[in-house]
Order: sequence, then C-alpha cells, then structure tokens
Amino acid sequence: MSNPEDPKPGRRNFLSHASAMAALAPAALAAAPAPAQESHTAAKAEVLTTERPGADFMIDVFKSLGFEYVCANPGSAFRAIQESVVNYGGNTKPEFLTCLHEESSVAMGHGYFKVEGKPLLVFAHGTVGLQHASMAIYNAFCDRVPVFIVLGNNLNAATRRSNIDWVHSVQDAASLVRDFTKFDDSPISLHQFAESSVRAYKIAMTAPSAPVVLVADADLADHPIEGRTDLTIPKLANTSPPTGDPAAVGELADMLMQAQRPVIVAGRLARTPAGMAHLIELAELLQSPVVDLGMRMNFPNRHRLNLSPNSRALVENADLVLGLEVPDFYGLVNRISRQLEYSSQLITKAKLACISAGDRLAKSNYQDFQRYQPVDLDLAADAEATLPSLVEAVKKRMTGDRRRAFEARGAEYAKQHAAMREKARVDASYAWDASPVSVARMCAEIWAQIKNEDWCLVNGSTNFLSNWPLRLWNFDKSYRHIGSSGGAGMGYGAPAAVGAALANKKYGRVSVNIQTDGDLMYAPGVLWTAAHHRIPLLTIMHNNRAYHQELMEVQIAANQHNRGIDRAHIGTTIDDPNINYAKLAESMGMMGIGPIEKPDDLGPAIRRGVEAVKRGEPVLIDVVTQPR
Amino acid sequence: MNRSVVVLFALMTGVLPLAGQAPAKAGNAENGKQLYVKVGCYQCHGRQGQGGASAPFGSYGPRLAPPKVPVAAIRAYVRHPSGGMPPYAAKVLSDAQIDDIYAFLKTIPSPPAVKDIPLLNQ
Repeated sequence: MSNPEDPKPGRRNFLSHASAMAALAPAALAAAPAPAQESHTAAKAEVLTTERPGADFMIDVFKSLGFEYVCANPGSAFRAIQESVVNYGGNTKPEFLTCLHEESSVAMGHGYFKVEGKPLLVFAHGTVGLQHASMAIYNAFCDRVPVFIVLGNNLNAATRRSNIDWVHSVQDAASLVRDFTKFDDSPISLHQFAESSVRAYKIAMTAPSAPVVLVADADLADHPIEGRTDLTIPKLANTSPPTGDPAAVGELADMLMQAQRPVIVAGRLARTPAGMAHLIELAELLQSPVVDLGMRMNFPNRHRLNLSPNSRALVENADLVLGLEVPDFYGLVNRISRQLEYSSQLITKAKLACISAGDRLAKSNYQDFQRYQPVDLDLAADAEATLPSLVEAVKKRMTGDRRRAFEARGAEYAKQHAAMREKARVDASYAWDASPVSVARMCAEIWAQIKNEDWCLVNGSTNFLSNWPLRLWNFDKSYRHIGSSGGAGMGYGAPAAVGAALANKKYGRVSVNIQTDGDLMYAPGVLWTAAHHRIPLLTIMHNNRAYHQELMEVQIAANQHNRGIDRAHIGTTIDDPNINYAKLAESMGMMGIGPIEKPDDLGPAIRRGVEAVKRGEPVLIDVVTQPR
Repeated sequence: MNRSVVVLFALMTGVLPLAGQAPAKAGNAENGKQLYVKVGCYQCHGRQGQGGASAPFGSYGPRLAPPKVPVAAIRAYVRHPSGGMPPYAAKVLSDAQIDDIYAFLKTIPSPPAVKDIPLLNQ
C-alpha cells in the first residue's frame, strides 16, 4: 500500500494514475508539456518502519480459513508474509514448515489433504518458485486435490529495488499454471485479497477440487495498514457438492435392479470417509462386485465383494458397468494394444453408466480427460454426494425376489474373493527367499510389523509394487491409503508421504511410505523437512536401482525396432555407483538402516523402524528389491 | 477367451503345428540365466520368473518359473505376443537363445508351500 503523500507512484496510485492518463485524448497528451523526469532520489519524509504491515492482514485472512500449516522454501518475493507468519501470527495456524524445494511444498499439501480433507497453504516466488512447483501442481490438478498456493510478486516496477526483484517479477504470475489450476487472482488491494482468498478457498474445495493460486503483491504486504478500518474478511460458506438429477438417479437404479451381472468400478470416489461407507451400502444392497482402482480408499480390500484383481473378466462378462469417478472409462472397457500399430477393441457388451464430476473441470490444453467413451447414462455429478440418493432409490425398488437373487450371486462372488486372496498368497510365495528381495516378501514383512498398529500407507499403493500391499494387507478403514499422484509425475511420492504423515501425526497413526528410488531423488531434501519438523514416518525404500517403468518403455521400443534389446538400461538405471539411501537419510538427520539385500534381515530392521516411528521419529530403511 | 490365449493353449497342447521352427534342444541354463537379465525378461517377469502385477493396477507379465508350457509355446509367443509384451524377433533373439532361457527357468525351484511360510498365514 502506498503512502498517499509519497511522490513516487505506489501500486495503488500508480494504477489510478495510469488509468487517468489513459483517459486523456492523444491530442491532449501531445499538447501537454513534457513532464519533468521523476527524481529517484527525491527528498521526502523518510518512513523506515511500520508495525502493522499489510502482510499482517493477510495472515488474519489465512487464520480465518483455518490453515494449520504453510509449506514453503523461503523467497524474498513473500518475505513480508513469511515474517508476519512467524511474528504477528505466532507461527501457529499456520505454522511455517521449511521445505527445500517448491515441488516438495505442493506435494506435501497434496498428501496432507488426502488424509486431513482440507487444503494446506503453500508460499512460493511468483516466478522461480512457481516454476519449481508446477509439476506438483499438475499432479494435484489431475488428482483433483486442492492446494492453496500464494505467490509473492512485485508488480510495480517502480518499487523493485534490485536486479533480482526484476528477474523475480512477472506481469501475470498465475498464467504459468492456469491450464491446471481451478482459479487464480492477483488482488491490488487488501480488501480484494481477503475476498479473493475466501473465494479461492471455496472454489478449491467445491467438488471437483483442484489447486488455486493467489498472487500476493509485495507492495501490499510490505506497506502499513494503520488507519484502515474498512478491512473485513468475508465469511466462508462451504458449498455442497453437485448431486445427480433425481430422474437420472431413478433411471440408474432401474438399470442396477435389472442387471444380472453388474460391476461397480470406483476411481476417485471417496472424497471423505463417507464415500467408502456409501459404496459398501450400495454394493451390499445389490450384492454387486466392486473393482477399486486404488485412486482413493474406496472399498475394503478384504470385503467379500471386492474383486479388483478380476476387473478385466468382470467387465468382459458384465451386463452393466457403473463407473464412479472413473477418469479413464475408455481404458476400463476397451483393450488397447501396446504393440507397434495402435488398436483398441471394446471388450464388453454391457450397458455403461457413470457418475462423475469430471466434466465440470475440463480444460483443453492438458488432456487428462482421457479418450471419449460413449455411455448409456451419464450423471455429471459428484459420485460420493450422489450415492445416498442412489442407495435410497435402489431400496425403494427392492423386492423379496430380487433380494434372494442378489444374495445368491453375492455368495458366488464371495467364493471368487476367497480364491483371489488365496491366489495372492500363492503368488507371494514365489521368489520368497530371493535376493534382491521380492516386493511381495518386503510387503509381507512390513505387514507383520504394522498389522497391530493404527497405520496408514501414505505412499505405495501403486502398480510400481505389483499391487502387493493391496493383495496382502487388510485395508479396512477409510484412511488406510491415500491413492497415488494423479499426473504420474515423478517426485510426488516422498513429499506427499511427508505431508500425509504430518496430518497423521495428531491421530497417532504409523505412517508407512514404500518409496521408490527414482522418485525420492527428485527432491530428497524433504527427508530433512521430516526430520526438522519431527514428522514420524516409516520410509521403506523399494530400491530397484532403476526408473523401472522407463526401462520397460525403452525395452519395448528396442524390441519393436529389432535392435539393441540388451541396451535398454542405458539412461534408465540408477547404479554404478549405487546410492546409499540409509546414509542419505542419516545425512538429513534421520535414522537410516540398510541397505538390506537378504530377506531374512528385513523383519528385525522394520521392527526397529516401527519402534522409532512410534517415538515420533522419521526412519528410512533401504531395501534392495526386485523390479516390481 | 481372446485369440492369443486360444493360440497359446493350442500350442501347449500340440494342436497347432509350429512351422519353420528349429527343433527344440536342451538349452544352456547358465547362458540362459545371463540372457534372461540381459534381454530384459526379468523386467516384467521378475528375476526368478515369479511374475508381476495383477489387474486392475497394471499387468507386467505372468509367472514363468517353473515353466508350465513347452518351449515351443514360449518360442511362438515371444515372436508374436499380445497385450503388453514386446515382440522378440529372431533377428534379435534366436531360437537357441530362447531354449537357453527356458533351460534356466527350469532350474528355478518351486517355492515352499504357503502353509509353511508364517508371514503368509497372518
């Protein structure tokens, strides 16, 4: 905010001055005498301090929104806001968490939300910081997760003090990420800052959720607010999510009642713990099998109707496929060849229905919306919010005959579920004593040590683990895992795990991070953040010494090109020298164990690790593993 | 049942002739062990041929060891795979090399019974 008597144009009077000048006719401008060149050393009553900067009001706004933490790598563009957090705000709600990379800041917010259900605050430079952060913002966008990002910027060129101020300033800071955020604004007054902050929070949290960006101008943050009595913070009104049209819900209930072999597929369904409860109720009413795609903790893996590993056969044989927030419905019901020539084929004659809010947040440039799949019934609504009315509609249509028929098919699915679990145990027994350690063995060893704790898998439910946790562990509560990255951008896992562990801390849960090696090395400094802020977290390295997915991709290309099939490791492996992750962890101030290459050494090491985590420490155990 | 599964089953049971193939010989297991890693079999099937992930989270290759199909079926499949497996043409992997890999797979012992592994009974 500018001093009204300041002869230099502050941001506010600079803008009003510019507007006034623009209103003048060109002729009048031409006739006017040339203005005297502004003196940059003009004498004035020097104001050296203020005890009530605009940043304090910004902190009031953040406190009103209930942020517990702000994650940031320090940056001069938001120095006043950072100072207000720690001094004016007392470094509590939000508490400043020191991050060593902006990608880590945002990914921590990503993981934190998926446990806590509310966004975390991130500060970053509007230029260099946002460029670092952009990958993690894209992941959060694809995963429909809100993160509240505040960018420092100095728009007023007349008050930039150094060459650094210039290279760290930008006309339209948020434009860099506008394609994959839901809302942004660049307020030019504190009043607007408050209003835009509340609006941004509301928009971010309204399903489908996504990151939002607010640019905090350095002039606004630095300058005094004394005497301002008109500043108010609007009340936050949370928005109820969009629900399905009652007629369409009724039509879907009819389809479900008539189907002989329905299958329910859950993608990003469960936004809250209620999502899982609603899905259980619907599945049990219908005695319908459920395929949980692992993007959220949608359905208990040991529920007798969970037939996720049999998804392909279920879809092929279904007469109705209902997708709930399934982002890639096309991939679900088509077989897409990975061979040189593209081909795809519909694999089912089933009727197709979906409930998804996905179309409510479609952007054009980044194409995370997937290939278009025609369906028979499409409800553009939030699935979790729509399920209660769908359950009621099914109940209204239930008859004794249908209930008996459903129970008969449910009994059959229960047998399939039991066989599926038995197959998982048999599959896990292969390579049981191998070195490098099989992923199945590693996951079984972890399970042995955490099964009697209140635990949460904060990273590791992905196919990088051949899905072993979901095949061997008991995921029985809504917080047992947090899904995956959304955008498949490497570097998500470690910081998201730390963010989720941060949220789990107050609940006393043992947070388990099965951490791939390539992902960790994008920004390993997040281990220091965990140590510095005493965030308890058990990190088990899935150290296959490669970017294994990319290794397989290059192998495919070499095979298809009929050459060099023994050279796919070039540029895809992380060895020679091997990275010692235990020493890396120790260097960051946390307990490091390993590398462990013999499977029999795993149990004692993990037991030690769990004990340390229960004392409140972060621990890393390096396990040299099989590829998948 | 899709076409590739039908073909594979037919090869396993000897219903389909494998025209143009060299007769199978006992392979060199030691060479096969090295080839198994060198040409990338382990990437999807695991270093002990234990197999990879199951649907719906991605499928990386079924269990190979101990082999349950004849070498002729393996030869035929790697030349004309379906799904996610890339092709191994004779130009880059000979029949004899496939025989060696097959011989290696046969040396991998079966695992202990599940009932004898306490961690799989928890």
